[in-house]
Amino acid sequence: MEQPGHGLTVGLFATCVNDIMFPGTVRATMGVLTRLGCRVEFPDEQTCCGQMFTNTGYFSAGLATVRAFVQAFAKYDYVVAPSASCIGSVRHQHEMLSQNKPALARQVKTLVARSYDLCEFLVDVLGVTDVGASFPHTVTYHLTCHARRVACVGDRPRRLLEAVRGLTLVDLPEAETCCGFGGTFSVKNSAVSVALATDKARNIVATGAEFVVAGDNACLMNVGGVLRREGAAVKPIHLAHILNSEEAVR
Amino acid sequence: MSVIAPDETRRTPAPPPGTFLGMPAFPVNAEQQLANAQLRANLARATATIRAKRALRVAEVPQWEDLRAAAAAIKDRVLANLDTYLLQAEANLTKAGATVHWARDGDEANRIVTELVRATGATDVVKVKSMVTQETDLNEALERAGIAAWETDLAELIVQLGHDRPSHVLVPAIHRNRREIREIFLAEMGRYGTPAPPGLSDDPAELAGAARAHLREKFLVADVAISGGNFIVADTGTLVVVESEGNGRMCLTLPDTLISVVGIEKLVPTFEDLEVFLRLLPRSSTGERMNPYTSMWTGVTAGDGPQNVHVVLVDNGRTRALADPVGREALRCIRCSACMNICPVYREVGGHAYGSVYPGPIGIVLTPQLRGLDSAIDRSLPFASTLCGACVEVCPVGIDFPKLIVHLRRLVADRERTEPGLEPAVMAVGEWAFGQGKHLSLVERVAEIAGRVFGPWRFFRKLPWPGSLWTSGRDLPVPPRESFRHWWKRVKP
Repeated sequence: MEQPGHGLTVGLFATCVNDIMFPGTVRATMGVLTRLGCRVEFPDEQTCCGQMFTNTGYFSAGLATVRAFVQAFAKYDYVVAPSASCIGSVRHQHEMLSQNKPALARQVKTLVARSYDLCEFLVDVLGVTDVGASFPHTVTYHLTCHARRVACVGDRPRRLLEAVRGLTLVDLPEAETCCGFGGTFSVKNSAVSVALATDKARNIVATGAEFVVAGDNACLMNVGGVLRREGAAVKPIHLAHILNSEEAVR
Repeated sequence: MSVIAPDETRRTPAPPPGTFLGMPAFPVNAEQQLANAQLRANLARATATIRAKRALRVAEVPQWEDLRAAAAAIKDRVLANLDTYLLQAEANLTKAGATVHWARDGDEANRIVTELVRATGATDVVKVKSMVTQETDLNEALERAGIAAWETDLAELIVQLGHDRPSHVLVPAIHRNRREIREIFLAEMGRYGTPAPPGLSDDPAELAGAARAHLREKFLVADVAISGGNFIVADTGTLVVVESEGNGRMCLTLPDTLISVVGIEKLVPTFEDLEVFLRLLPRSSTGERMNPYTSMWTGVTAGDGPQNVHVVLVDNGRTRALADPVGREALRCIRCSACMNICPVYREVGGHAYGSVYPGPIGIVLTPQLRGLDSAIDRSLPFASTLCGACVEVCPVGIDFPKLIVHLRRLVADRERTEPGLEPAVMAVGEWAFGQGKHLSLVERVAEIAGRVFGPWRFFRKLPWPGSLWTSGRDLPVPPRESFRHWWKRVKP
């Protein structure tokens, strides 16, 4: 049978947080896409979605990243990132940032429509929920705020997880509440950020899961930082690692 | 709880010292509030209850999304034609026998109200819960003129007797539990009127009974009432007050003189438009199907209710907000407070951290527009959000909070980027670093050096400032020895 991704070339948008801090997540994303038959390329003009600048009020720096994004990805039919937050920023902020630059704005408009979070690309473009992964562990899933309300990925991550062999999914209490990361909020309002992450960590520990999974490593870094500080056994893991896992089911 | 000694030079309980504008920036206030475990427990319990009620009552209305869209459209139409609707309202209010006054700012509003009360010779006034008179700090202006203003909303009474400030738009004493309320009533009621019964318990019915007895005396003494207004219907000149307890109804019917202080954005064109809001507001705010006491009055009716009716229309920064094509959306707000009940930041710190009568998401987008961006507290407010977007889902008038927040952050950044400071410098370096892939590659080389040096630690537990802003409560992973970009370059799969 032909693989669902056969003949498709994907421009891999690593996103800055993953590029610098979590390269393993980007490799796992590549792994899943390659296993499904896609050809994956990493255009090295890429930098960042710019939301750390835009959301802090520095629009000119945000615009610089929009230019880099267009330069890197204009030639691709599909742009895929392991971050719903960064894709959400591309979708909802790049047009606003480029509104006074008509030529750039036109390129942005067409590119936005071709940009996907990993779970959207798998479910909507490739049409798969079973990516052939196995991960024999108990996990709880946090649908991050930007995945829920900005990129609006809906139940796609849950459907992907439910198709993973050996995986047991347990519900996270108060899943709809923010973990407190919020980009530069995490340092500008450090105390509140930690308080929110502590509440989130408490809910995660209460599930008894081995792993807390999410589609955004920045949120996982925040709540994971509290979990580790408190010596909790539960480990943060990005969705891409689970989808790329072929760990034998006992 | 600290008991404040009575001030013999005053007639009403003194509020806490200081002013909102003199407050430190939000992060400092927030950290203080976080240390108050009782406050956080009270807030967590109270907001969870209201959120659950709201969700239940909203789910019952199949056309909820249509109502929200209609409300947003009506408000936008009013704002786009505010000059026309205001003159229409003035004409119809006047025709119905009310006297209309215009106030550019809080001081002017306070001056007008003080003079109107003085002209009646009254020394005591009763108040319906009103946000705009908190904006203008009217009670203190009246106190300085020797006039005692008595809050009659139960929660506002708790706040006033407690020498406190409101911490929520709808439930101003949400930060207090009933044990604290009992102590306040026992200690303070007797100093300002009918005392609390000596054996008062913290049973809610007993507390309400004590408040009823205390307030009854105020209603019977006062010849003047001061109200706000939830809506003004422009084509009839009708004022509308929406409240839950009936205390407002007492103020609006018993005294001979009624002075209503209303923000200029509170207009709706017709009664048909009002219907939309009367369906949205109770379900969004208290989680009730319909509002218990909805009072409407149109000017003066001979022999029935107040015979002297004044309406003070207040700008106080609203036209400044209106002039901003993005920011004006905040003027749609109908003060339901659903945004603060759902806001994770508000739920952690409470309303006092915001240094504004409007806390939570609406406060951080409205207050800096009403007051401007000159003070530390106002500049910090737009940053008091994780941009999680939960408020957008519940707002009955569809305010796009994250859009407004980011817009206001830009206005703050545009002022601060020319000033010396860490953030503008970091952002300038960032603009260069993230402007091109080859620049970012260089930054990654530096991170990789850190990764090689500190690699064996795996996590940082304690970094010097500004890294301490992260590590104060969280471990931070040490960067890996190789970025994805450089791995790709080396391996080229």
